[in-house]
Amino acid sequence: MNSRRGEAVVAGFAERLALQHVEVRRVAADAVAAAVAGVCAELGVRRLGVPPALPEPWRPAGVDVVEDHGLAPAELDTLDAALTGCTLAIAETGSLVLAAGPDDGRRALSLVPDVYICVVREDQIEPDLPAAMPRIAGVVRDSGHPVVIVSGPSATSDIELHRVEGVHGPRRLVVLLVGPG
Amino acid sequence: MSRAHDFPAAARAALADAQLRANLRGATHTIRARRAAAVAELPDFEGLREQARRVKDDALDHLDELLARFEAAATAAGAQVHHAADAGAANAFVAAIARDHGVTELVKTKSLATDEIGLDAALAATGVEAVETDLAELIVQLAGDTASHILVPAVHYSRGQVRDLFLRTIARGRELSDDPRELAEVSRVYLRERFLRAGMGVTGANAGVAETGTVCVVENEGNGRMCTTLPSVLVTVMGIEKVVATLDDLALLLRLLPRSATGERMSSYVSLLTGITPGDGPREYHIVLLDNGRRDALADPVGRQALRCIRCSACLNVCPVYTRVGGHAYGSIYPGPIGAILTPQLWGMERHAELPFASSLCGACAEVCPVGIDIPEVLLHLRARAVREQAPAAEKVVYGAAAWAFGAPRRFAAAQKAVRAAERPLARRGLVRRLPGPLAGWTEGRDLRPVARETFREWWARERGSEERPGRCREKPPVREEKAP
Repeated sequence: MNSRRGEAVVAGFAERLALQHVEVRRVAADAVAAAVAGVCAELGVRRLGVPPALPEPWRPAGVDVVEDHGLAPAELDTLDAALTGCTLAIAETGSLVLAAGPDDGRRALSLVPDVYICVVREDQIEPDLPAAMPRIAGVVRDSGHPVVIVSGPSATSDIELHRVEGVHGPRRLVVLLVGPG
Repeated sequence: MSRAHDFPAAARAALADAQLRANLRGATHTIRARRAAAVAELPDFEGLREQARRVKDDALDHLDELLARFEAAATAAGAQVHHAADAGAANAFVAAIARDHGVTELVKTKSLATDEIGLDAALAATGVEAVETDLAELIVQLAGDTASHILVPAVHYSRGQVRDLFLRTIARGRELSDDPRELAEVSRVYLRERFLRAGMGVTGANAGVAETGTVCVVENEGNGRMCTTLPSVLVTVMGIEKVVATLDDLALLLRLLPRSATGERMSSYVSLLTGITPGDGPREYHIVLLDNGRRDALADPVGRQALRCIRCSACLNVCPVYTRVGGHAYGSIYPGPIGAILTPQLWGMERHAELPFASSLCGACAEVCPVGIDIPEVLLHLRARAVREQAPAAEKVVYGAAAWAFGAPRRFAAAQKAVRAAERPLARRGLVRRLPGPLAGWTEGRDLRPVARETFREWWARERGSEERPGRCREKPPVREEKAP
């Protein structure tokens, strides 16, 4: 994979996320923890769930960081937010692909808490689903690990097709888009 | 269930319901505009649709082989695969799994396959409560109603009606306005408790992938992720026609499904479930492969294309019949144009022979279908079958007589004269508005133009009686003498 994605793909990804009501913040590689801390402060997040393998430099100060070593559903429900990385991302559909990477966490972690923060590196962004499929297929064939493709916050249009966000999954989805270097 | 469904009577009742028509019109027009915009974005919808048609046809042509591969791969990944020939067998499998685990309450995603087999009622009969967790399915379940649309099952409810329903059922004394946000919040609180304590989840499947034994579940609310992630036992009920060969085939369908269904580029959550994975998700995974009439449909060379359907529901939203009468009139969990061809094929022409006639054959459904199902072609095919297999004897006699009369010019002319004489007293200002006796059905929904007072042939005979009769060629055209150059 290219180490750097064309700026058009990155910009397209960010634009698409915004259209899908995802908050996108572009941050420098050495400023992830500070950005996470900022999001937590704004949204009143005190307990933040993370996968045990989450990189140290992403972990914010001033927040109770809870590692998910198989937390029970009820315990996950006590978290204010979850923070994970992802395996790859897709520009055309504004998607995050969670597929067993060590930073991705268990599926339940990115599902139960009300706020979900995902860190995406620019070089992880594929232009569209066909381009992303070989990687996804690789994970499924090699490990059989479950894959979730997330394209926006939890939403429903079941009442008069009126869109409401935050039905069962996270109400808020924040993507921290990490530039090169 | 053995009585034939009466579409005309049900449609008449639906058409008289002004609230229903307003709800339907609003929703279907909104969603069809979204779909049109999302499909127009694709550089080559026609090309993708042709590919998807081929992918599904190939899968149906090699169904047994793909199902065997699917089963082998899913089993290798830790799932247990069961084969259910019909609804009863499928329900019995799910009930037995619940019983084995001592489960009395389970959580369910929206699933047409499980609606089709009446799983909720079958489980209730064994003392297991199946909680519907999709908002629309929850509305329908709380109301003791049935779904009326493939994608938005509660499309026939207005927000005010949902509020009244929730006040009666799950609001727990809370004050409620008819703001959809507030209504969704009530369902979130009610269902969150159930998700957290659920010991078993049940899902349908948008597709199954033979190469890896993967089940794909597409949704927006997150209830599908809850059901497939939190409970320790998971059951998927999947129609056998959902299987495709490869993950690339799945990727193709995923480019078409959300755009055709909700008008989104991608749904919020697409889950790919492959067997079990220690530490993430259920510890036990069962997949029930459901036939329930599908192999019978597959045996019909024209009708089998209905099994390509990926349940996007685009055909419902553009159908002039569905958008006026709604889903219940069809008497099937699969309403609209696709339902009119799927229902009689899956569950018998004898009970659903009217459905292929519930169409104006305008072709809007075929135009939007993302897998290229020629719905009008199948409708016509099934109409012919319905006449062959189901038409009453009297109708056969009438049409036999008509065929005899149309078979020769003299008989045809005599018939014209007879009809003209018979209908003269019935015509009012140039139209026959009501026919008597058993013929009344014909004029119930349309006026009849009477036979002309004088036909062209009669006029010709009167004016030029001595000359050639019209419309008949001479044995040989006159040959002009060729002049030598």
